[in-house]
Amino acid sequence: MEAKKEATTLSSMSNMPLGRVEPDTSRGGTASIGKAVKIAGQIYSKEDLYVDGDVEGTIELLDHKLTIGPNGKVHAGVKARELVALGSIQGNVEASERIEIRKDARLVGDIKTARIVIEDGAYFKGSIDIVKTEPKVAPSQPPRPQPPPAAPVTAPLVATANTADAKH
Amino acid sequence: MLSDRLRNFWNGGGAPVNAGPPRPVNSSRLVARPPRGEVEETRISRGLDQFFGSFRDQSGLSILDLGGACQENVNFITTLGHKFYSEDFLRIFEETFDDIADQSNSRRIDSFLRRSLEYPDEQFDGVLAWDALEYMEPALLAATVDRLLRILKPKGYLLTMFHSSERKAMVSCYTFRIQDPRTLQVTQHGERAAAQRLFNSSRLEKLFQKFESVKFFLARDSLREVIVRK
Repeated sequence: MEAKKEATTLSSMSNMPLGRVEPDTSRGGTASIGKAVKIAGQIYSKEDLYVDGDVEGTIELLDHKLTIGPNGKVHAGVKARELVALGSIQGNVEASERIEIRKDARLVGDIKTARIVIEDGAYFKGSIDIVKTEPKVAPSQPPRPQPPPAAPVTAPLVATANTADAKH
Repeated sequence: MLSDRLRNFWNGGGAPVNAGPPRPVNSSRLVARPPRGEVEETRISRGLDQFFGSFRDQSGLSILDLGGACQENVNFITTLGHKFYSEDFLRIFEETFDDIADQSNSRRIDSFLRRSLEYPDEQFDGVLAWDALEYMEPALLAATVDRLLRILKPKGYLLTMFHSSERKAMVSCYTFRIQDPRTLQVTQHGERAAAQRLFNSSRLEKLFQKFESVKFFLARDSLREVIVRK
């Protein structure tokens, strides 16, 4: 796939090798893709992500929240803990906790989630599967002391794509 | 006041009571007018009761709602354990057809059906069409009913409603929200051009003649709720 970067408003994308996007987790905030940015490829994030630009490919934020801003145009399969859509999404969406489709948003695709909120005025075409999440069972015995954590995982946000065309 | 305006809907739409002289309308245009303030009413629906009664004690069915996704319907249908499918049928209708003559254009009809009802044969156990069929002219209506017949499973049900008892240039348009298996909340949200013919019982029987059975519920205010079974 090809990655096209038309502007550098992807907040976590400074000083990194091409094809590998690492958000600035020290800020503990949300990575964002600005409205002048277009990405074709795979996005994998370990922090919340705000997309107000164009994304084509796949987006995975398994334990985090994805927000598609009002200018966002996503043509991708999406997996996240939570999704809030204000812009446009074309593709299948899986959210383990919740999906919100706001007024004026547009979602075309099949949805799998535990909870869904659809505001009046939103456009939705597709199917909705409500998946019951299993409640977490409390351990019967006190937890054992944990070994020290492994080396920190890098690349919380990875754009895996052939970035030969990406120009700064 | 509210019930007067809603009663007007169930009488066949048109201008609200005490709304002054009728405004000139271009009846060939299809685009819905913006709402003049939403009006709501709750009413019993025997058609809805029959529709969900036929699926009693079943789950995992596929139900298509042509009224666009609204929270209440999503909640109701998914809580019963069914899979909810949504089509904003009238929005696509407005985007596809510029005027009444377009509704006889076979290319436009094909394009409309590709956008709105492109599903595999026998995909759905039930289709909630609400009042969406009422705004269509004969060629488009016949093609749409044929497509609905195709995408319904054998023994599947279609619920639809026709509320015209007299010819009108414009009729109000509504959102239908399911409150419980026999109660609907009806919200008025604008007006659109009415089809150029009335739907009496014999016309409706003819329209759905390829289905196995057609059942009418003549509700108050001349509303015809129609349940058809494939």
